Amino acid sequence: MQGYRQAVWEEPLIFELGLKGRRGFKIPELEREIVDSIGEFRLPESVARREPPELPSLSEVEVVRHFTRLSQTSYGVDLGPVPLGSCTMKYNPKIALKYAFNDRLSSLHPLQDDDTVQGLLELLYRLERWLEAVTGMDYCSIHPAAGAQGELAGGLVIRKYHELRGNLEVKKEIIVPDSAHGTNPATGTMAGFKVVEVPTGEDGNIDIEALRSTVGEGTAGFMITNPSTLGLFEERILDIIEIIHSVDGLVYYDGANLNGIMGRARPGDAGVDILHLNLHKTFSAPHGGGGPGAGPICVKDRIVAGSVKLRDLVPGFKIVYEESTGKYMLEGPGQYSVGLLRAWIGNVSQLVWAYVYIAMMGAEGLREAGEISVINTNYFLAKIKRETKMYTVPYGRDRHRKHESVISAEKLRDETGVTAEDVAKGLLDSGFYAPTVYFPLIVEEALMVEFTESETRENIDAYVNRLKVIEEIALKDPGEPKKWPLNTSVSRIDYVKANHPKTVTPTWRVKVLRDKGLLGPLK
Amino acid sequence: MGHPWIPNSVESVRREMLEIIGVGSVDDLYSDIPESLRIKPEEWDKLPIGFGRVLSEVEIARHMEEIFSKIESYRGPAPFMGGGVWPHHVPEAVKYVVSRGEFLTAYTPYQAEISQGLMQALFEYQSLIAELLEMEVVNGSMYDWSSALGEALLMAIRVSSRRKFLVPETMNPRHRKVAETYIWPHDGRLVSVKVDRRTGLLDLNDLESKVDSETAAVYIEYPAYTGVLEENASLIGDIAHRRGALYIMGVEPISMAILEPPGRLGADIAVGEGQPLGLGLNYGGPYLGILAVKWDGELVRQMPGRIIGLTSTVDGKDKAFAMILQTREQHIRRARATSNITTNEALMAVTAAVYLSLLGRDGLVELAKHIWYKSHYAAKKLSSIEGIKAPLLEGEFIMDFTVRLPLETGKFRSFLKSRKIMAGVPLEGLAWFTSRDLLLTVTEVHTKNDIDRLVEVAEECIRGV
Repeated sequence: MQGYRQAVWEEPLIFELGLKGRRGFKIPELEREIVDSIGEFRLPESVARREPPELPSLSEVEVVRHFTRLSQTSYGVDLGPVPLGSCTMKYNPKIALKYAFNDRLSSLHPLQDDDTVQGLLELLYRLERWLEAVTGMDYCSIHPAAGAQGELAGGLVIRKYHELRGNLEVKKEIIVPDSAHGTNPATGTMAGFKVVEVPTGEDGNIDIEALRSTVGEGTAGFMITNPSTLGLFEERILDIIEIIHSVDGLVYYDGANLNGIMGRARPGDAGVDILHLNLHKTFSAPHGGGGPGAGPICVKDRIVAGSVKLRDLVPGFKIVYEESTGKYMLEGPGQYSVGLLRAWIGNVSQLVWAYVYIAMMGAEGLREAGEISVINTNYFLAKIKRETKMYTVPYGRDRHRKHESVISAEKLRDETGVTAEDVAKGLLDSGFYAPTVYFPLIVEEALMVEFTESETRENIDAYVNRLKVIEEIALKDPGEPKKWPLNTSVSRIDYVKANHPKTVTPTWRVKVLRDKGLLGPLK
Repeated sequence: MGHPWIPNSVESVRREMLEIIGVGSVDDLYSDIPESLRIKPEEWDKLPIGFGRVLSEVEIARHMEEIFSKIESYRGPAPFMGGGVWPHHVPEAVKYVVSRGEFLTAYTPYQAEISQGLMQALFEYQSLIAELLEMEVVNGSMYDWSSALGEALLMAIRVSSRRKFLVPETMNPRHRKVAETYIWPHDGRLVSVKVDRRTGLLDLNDLESKVDSETAAVYIEYPAYTGVLEENASLIGDIAHRRGALYIMGVEPISMAILEPPGRLGADIAVGEGQPLGLGLNYGGPYLGILAVKWDGELVRQMPGRIIGLTSTVDGKDKAFAMILQTREQHIRRARATSNITTNEALMAVTAAVYLSLLGRDGLVELAKHIWYKSHYAAKKLSSIEGIKAPLLEGEFIMDFTVRLPLETGKFRSFLKSRKIMAGVPLEGLAWFTSRDLLLTVTEVHTKNDIDRLVEVAEECIRGV
């Protein structure tokens, strides 16, 4: 990696720019006849706005410059590696942009008649079938807006399953491993369950005896991420699923880490009942600085009661293909469905993106993507073990990782006071994005690294070298890393001021009112 | 041969990396997967995923053209359809800015110092919406209006420990379904308040009789699903507050430029759909859920989702942005988080910020008035057709309006479609509406000629009955 200096613009807020009277977009002129026909503009007094909103006034060139400058103090995969663990920040192929965000798609209203959007329904239908083949599940639905919404869909399906079986009074608990993504326990709560955690053993697998003693009549379901957030495949997955099924609990699989087994194993074959996928992770849709995502839910054809299967419980609209007419139709949600999680079919742009990606990769390409992501991870880890002194590898030290690895800066902290956060800032200074830090919670000073298949060997080598340099600096001059980052647009940020009730500023409006003395502390 | 998106797929690189790892083949890296679960590469490659091989850009372009050719695109007017999302023009400058890779390919700004531009853009989104609504705190985005509403109701349950919600009987039926799904596990329930059949305004007597000590919140849409402007919006808030219930308003943002904002009407929480702000329709998403609250710590601490705040660097030299109040969120609070949301609609929030900056104060007011005029013109012209009542509801409206036809909406819409016009969302099944009632929508993308043509074809249809 070459040297790095991020742009520094000291760009004012949009509210501080422009000049009254300027505008960046011309509204079409109203035809004279319309004004003549309707007369004066009028609204009932009680709802007519007294003061126009305090929006800025800028010309088009000012707006484009402002946001282009802001883009120059941002960082994405197009600039360099973003090895955030569990985020699977792949390259986003540009060919997909052409089809996912275009004027034709943009003009389609979600309530248009099915017969006007047959091509699109065909695409979405085919995408669902492909995802079924990738996961080994019986039915996938593209409804949920993001991974967490896919999880919520799954949590609600678990709830409905027990309700329809008349067991909801008893089935009150969702079990999650202590290494789980925060969304898992949060989902359990949102779906109305009590959340119970089970510990991880030294080998990185779930402590199966602890699980056995936790599981009981009250177990509604179990949420598992496999490979786990440690990047380790759960070796006793089949036993675990059997334990959960033995009490009529459902097994939920968090697909955030699917890249780690893609092409080599399928959660559906292991017997999981429900899962979600993150198309903005495993299937290359861009992450947009935090969204949009797309989080399809997939289920097995487990019988709920009578002829009702899990697929009947899934929220959202069903795309149905009628062979006799060759037509695609939207149906539902049906009578057993948990309902809708958003008003419309799905995040279609992201779905089109993933479709283009899968179509171009095919089964073979996806397998290669999975394999190289695993090779990249283990290559990184081998070099870390061999070439560095202060980074340790907790849990199952000698086991191979899958899509990601977690290393710990605990030893570095203990000996030099330099923390995972300092290491992260040191990485920023060389033009790399940092790994996920302080997660999973079961690892002290965690650095969770996922290069995906998109990263070059040269960049992985450079990343390791940079970690080595940081280690050397920390040993020589432990005060130095506390000053990092130096090459980004700003230095370290004041989080106390950011969050203090007297200074917390979530909007420009708060700043203006507070400066005028019109706003007290946030009580 | 290397794959263009997988730089280390070059055979020699792959081999060298495996050597450094210390394994003979990639298979060894999967040896901890139980044998019964392992799929052999040759078996995997036969699975029905994609088209049986790796495709080039040349091939996918052909394929996608074929797909798009099976989508009818009319040369004629944009659909005269709303129902919660609406056809609007998206300025080219908006599309240009948000397609920049620095925004498009970024992750959530966990590393603040290298992500200041993205965070400033998100802070500006929050701030622009705050001005539009005159509410102090806005989050970084929810998935869409309906899920923002679902989360707002969950907030109200946590704040009040009450579980009953009063909603207009004419509320958007899809939003209603989503709201019900969100509150179902928490024993929440929606109770309909009557809406006057003549005016489309909420029946205040019915509301008074239903607000009680069990009521967590009163919710109204503003403008309503029917397009009607709730003239008693402020009174409704008073009624809710007298019984200790929260007041939640659901808004369409462009009309906020000319409507008294929720912050001035007593709203505690505002939700809404950001789709009109430069997002396009995209057949269902991605959209943008707006969620805002007034300056009240109890509400702010119960908010779901990300919030970007303005602060400074530790050395105090520079302005800086950071994710704030994170102890509400799942990655910190886990089972006790206010929501499980993490990935949101950040890029759509940036889109809305660019859109609002371009239109600016004058532009947005002008656009809202423009839409008001055009929708009134369309209603007036349609009402001149014998047998059509437009608007069906007499309350003041903007953009959307109700129409009663002398025939079934299905027949009417098919006839129009045969003339290359897509128009209206049927209202049957909602409250008292009949099979002859339609919700029509007119925005700035419809020219006078488009509207005149719609009226002409409608007349032709009705004369033919």
